Amino acid sequence: MTGKTILAIDDSRTIRQLVSQTLSEAGFDVTTAVDGEDGVSTFLHSRFDAVITDINMPKLDGFGVIDAIRKGTANRKVPILVLTTESSVEFKDRARGLGATGWIVKPFENHQLVDILKLVTGADGA
Amino acid sequence: MSEKETTESARTIEFVSLTAGGQGFCIEITLIREIRRWSQVTALPFAEDSVLGVMNLRGAVIPIVDLAARLGLGATEIGARNIVVVTAIGSKIVGLVVDSVSEILSVNVETIRPNPTLRRDGTGNHVVGLLPVDDVMLRVLDLETLFAKGTEEAA
Amino acid sequence: MSNDALRATFFAECEELIESLTEGLDAIAQGDRDKETINAIFRAVHSIKGAAGAFGFNDLVAFAHRYETVLDLIRADKLDISAEILRLITRSSDALAELVELTRDTGSASLDPVQDLINDLESHAEAVKAEEPPEPDFVFAPLSVIQIDDPSPTPSGFVIRFQPTAAFYTNGHEPARYFAALAALGTLSVACDTSAIPPLTDIDIDENYLRWTLTLSGDTDADAVKAVFAFAEGLCTLDVSPLADAQEPDTSPEPTDPPASLFGIPLDLPPSGPATAPAITEPTTSPAVPNAAATPAQSAAKAPVKTATTLRIDPDRVDRLINTVGELIINHAVISQKLAACGINNDSEIMAALDDYRYLAREIQEGVMSIRAQPVKSLFQRMGRVVREAGEATAKPVNFISEGESTEIDKTILERLADPLTHMLRNSVDHGIESAEKRQQAGKPAIGSVRLTAAHRSGHVVIEVADDGAGLNRERILAKAIEKGLVPADAKLSEPEIDALLFAPGFSTADSVTNLSGRGVGMDVVKTTITSLGGKVGITSVPGKGSTFTISLPLTLAVLDGMVIGVGSETMVLPLSSVVETVRPSRSDIHEIGPGECVLSVRGTFLPVVDLCQLFGLRPVRAAAADRSYVILDASDTSVAIAVDAIWDQRQVVIKSLEGNYGTVTGIAAATILGDGKIALIIDSEALVGLVAPRRTSRPLVELEA
Repeated sequence: MTGKTILAIDDSRTIRQLVSQTLSEAGFDVTTAVDGEDGVSTFLHSRFDAVITDINMPKLDGFGVIDAIRKGTANRKVPILVLTTESSVEFKDRARGLGATGWIVKPFENHQLVDILKLVTGADGA
Repeated sequence: MSEKETTESARTIEFVSLTAGGQGFCIEITLIREIRRWSQVTALPFAEDSVLGVMNLRGAVIPIVDLAARLGLGATEIGARNIVVVTAIGSKIVGLVVDSVSEILSVNVETIRPNPTLRRDGTGNHVVGLLPVDDVMLRVLDLETLFAKGTEEAA
Repeated sequence: MSNDALRATFFAECEELIESLTEGLDAIAQGDRDKETINAIFRAVHSIKGAAGAFGFNDLVAFAHRYETVLDLIRADKLDISAEILRLITRSSDALAELVELTRDTGSASLDPVQDLINDLESHAEAVKAEEPPEPDFVFAPLSVIQIDDPSPTPSGFVIRFQPTAAFYTNGHEPARYFAALAALGTLSVACDTSAIPPLTDIDIDENYLRWTLTLSGDTDADAVKAVFAFAEGLCTLDVSPLADAQEPDTSPEPTDPPASLFGIPLDLPPSGPATAPAITEPTTSPAVPNAAATPAQSAAKAPVKTATTLRIDPDRVDRLINTVGELIINHAVISQKLAACGINNDSEIMAALDDYRYLAREIQEGVMSIRAQPVKSLFQRMGRVVREAGEATAKPVNFISEGESTEIDKTILERLADPLTHMLRNSVDHGIESAEKRQQAGKPAIGSVRLTAAHRSGHVVIEVADDGAGLNRERILAKAIEKGLVPADAKLSEPEIDALLFAPGFSTADSVTNLSGRGVGMDVVKTTITSLGGKVGITSVPGKGSTFTISLPLTLAVLDGMVIGVGSETMVLPLSSVVETVRPSRSDIHEIGPGECVLSVRGTFLPVVDLCQLFGLRPVRAAAADRSYVILDASDTSVAIAVDAIWDQRQVVIKSLEGNYGTVTGIAAATILGDGKIALIIDSEALVGLVAPRRTSRPLVELEA
C-alpha cells in the first residue's frame, strides 16, 4: 500500500472502473465520483492526496472542478490531474490557468497512470 | 459422496438407519435434509414406477421416489405411516419413501465391510458396504449411483 | 477485477450511452435545440470514444472521433442542424450502435461499411473549417507517449537548474516529488539556494524564494529529464545541461552567490529499477479545434437534468425474491383455507387481518415483478434502426414512429422480442410500404410510415406494428397457400382466415426472396416465439390503408395465466394463451372412430379428442365421458379438444421448474403450487399437440375453424 488516497472523477463508468482498478492494484486507495458536482462534494468530505478528473462531464465540468478546488480552502494545493482525450495547447493552458497540476491523455497505458500518480503524490516506487 | 472419500477424510461417520422393502439400509447423515411424514403427492406422467410423484417442500417441487421399488424390492404399500427421507443427491433434492427410520448410528469406518456381491453389471452397485449392527446387517446405500441416471431417464 | 469485467462494464455503459444518444437525437428531431441536449449527445459519443480507446478498439475510436467532431461543431454553433445534418447524425448514431455491437461480439469492427458515412462526416467538418481559415487540421490524438525527436545518447549526467514560480505551488506541484522522480533516473544530489529569502517580515507566503541546482549522474537522456518536468512547463524556469558543460552556466537563474550560501542535500535514493519517469504529455502536434475545450458546460447550471440512478442487481436474486413472494401468496391461500376449514367466519377479525395480509403480499409481488420489468424504450430504439436500414435497403422513404416507450415488460421477454419484432418491421417495410411512386399514385404521402406502439392492457402488454402501406394482398396470399398445398384449391376462406395464413409454417408472400425479410424465417417463426413467451399474435389489414400486427404478452414469465382443470384425481393447469374455448358438447357431437380414438365435432369441423387422464396414465374418476367438458387448445397451428373432468378456475399461477430436482417431463412445461399447498402440473400445449397430433401441415388452423 502506498497509503495515498486518490479521488477519480469521471462520468464514464468504464473509465472509473479502469482507473480505480489500475491504481488500486498499484496500492492506491481510490474513491470515485460520477460528475463534477459529486467530485467536488466528495473532495470536501475527505482528504485526498491527488485528484484525477475528466473534463467533459455533466453538471460541472473538469474545469469547474479544478476551479472549485483551487478556490476552496480545504487542501487546495492537492495535485489535480486532468484525464482527457483533448490534446490541444489551448485546452492545456486553460486547465493549467485554473490550476491543474498535470494531464493524462486518453488512452493511457496503465503504468503511465501509476507513474504519474506516484510522481504527484510522492508515493514511493515500490 | 463415495465411500472412498469418507474413509479418507474421517474415522467415524454418522448414518441414519432405515427399513425399506423389509430390509435394513443406512444413508450417510450428511446427505439427509429432513425427515417428514408421507403426504399425498402429485402424480407425474410418463414416470417410471418407482417415481410416485412430486411434492411441495416449502416452495420447491421435489420428486418422491419409492426406495424399495427403486431398489427392485417391490412397490411399497404406501400409507400415512410411511416416512419420507428428503435427501440431497448431487444438486438435486429427492424424497425417498421408506417404511421406517430407526436411529442415528455413529460408526467407525473400519467396521464397514465391503459388499462381496458387488457386481460389474451394475445391479447391486448402490450397496457399497455392509454394516453389522447388533444382530442385523445394514446395507450402506450410495444414492448417487442409485440415482445416477434414474431421474433423468424418467423424464 | 478482471479485464473481462471491465469490458462488460464498457459495453453495458455503451448501451446506456447509445440510449441517451438516441433519446437526444429524437428530441432534436422534434425541434429541441437546447444546449444541454446537444451537450448530452456530444458527451455520449465522447465517452464511448474515450473508453473505447482504453481497450484499443481503434475502429470504434476512429468513427466516434469523426462523429464527435461534427457534434462538436454543432455544439459550438458552427454547424446548423439542417435536415441533412440531422439525417447524418442520426445515421451515424445507428452506425455507432452497430460498431459497438460488432466490437462486442467479434472484438473488432471494420469501418468499410461506414466509409460513406465517414466521408460525409469529414466533408461536413471540413466545410466548416474551410470557412475558418486560421484553424489547422485536427490531428487525431495518437498514443499519448511523447515523441522523442532526439534520442542521441548523452554522457554521464546533467546539471538541472530549477526555480519554480508561485503558480507551481498553487497548481499542486511539490519540488520534492520532482526530485524523487529524477532520483529514479540516476544518482541525484540536490542543492538549494535560499539566498533570495527576504527577512521574515517581508515574506509573502505564497511566493517562492527557493532555487535548486540538481546534479543527476547516470545513464539517462535529456528528454527523460525534461519529461519529468513536463507538467511544470511554464511554471518554473528550468535549465538542463549536460554534466560536462555545467561548468560555464550562462543562464540567468543561475545563483550568483558564492557556493558558501548553498547547502547541499544529497538525496540518498538509488535508481529504482523499472520505475521510469513518467513520459506522458500531450502530443506535441498542432493545436486542435479551439472550441473543443472552450465550451464549458455552463448550461448545466440552468436546467438541472434529471438523472436516473439505477441499481444493478443479479437477476438470480430477483428471481429468488419472485419465487419467495409467490410462496407468500400461496401461504396466504393455505392459511385461509385452513381457517375456513376450522369454521371461522369470513367476517371475523382474523379473516379481516388475513385480507390485509393478502393485500400486502400482492403489493410486494407487484413491486418485485416491477424490478424485472424494463421499459421497451431501448428495444424500440433499436427497432428504429431496423426500420431506417430497411428503408434504405429497399429505397423506400420510411418514417418510424414509436409510442409507449416507457411501457414496462419483463426483461427476459423484452430480450426475446428483438428477433420477432425485427422480422415484422422488415416485413412491413419490405412488403407493406409501397414505393414512393405507387404511394403518390394512390394519393398517399410519398413517405410511408411504420408505427411501433406498446401499451398495458388488462394485465398484458400489447405491442403493435402498424404500417400505412397497401394492406395484405389476400388474393395473392390465398393463391400462394393453395400453390404450397397449405389449403385445398377450393377452400372458401374468410378474410381473417386468409390473413392468418401468413403465420402458417413455410409461408412467405414475397415472390422473390429479398435479402431483407426473406432470410429463411417466416412469420411462423414469429408466431412460435411469441407463443413460447406465453403471448399471442394476430393481424388486421385494410386494403390500401395498411396492416397492423398485434402482439399480446404476459407481463412476466414468472407467472402464467392458466386455466385450472381437473384431470382424473389430479389438478392441472392449461396455459390460457393456447386455450381457444371450452365446450360442453352433447353426446352426439362425439364420434368414436377407432379403439379409444374420438373426434369432437365443433361447428362442422372435427377435432381429435385428447383424453389427458389416459394419455398421462392417471387414475380416472368415475365421470362418464359425456359429462366431460372439452377445452379447445390451439398450438403449433393445430387444434385439439382436451377432455377434462372439471374446469375449476382461471387464474395466474406462479411457475415452478420441474427440472431442478427432477427433469423434463414430456407434455409438461412446469409445475405450480395451489392454494392447498398441492402441486399442479402445467401442461405444455405445444408438446401436447405434438404428442397426440404429429404436425399435420396439410391441415392448417383456418380449415379447422371453417
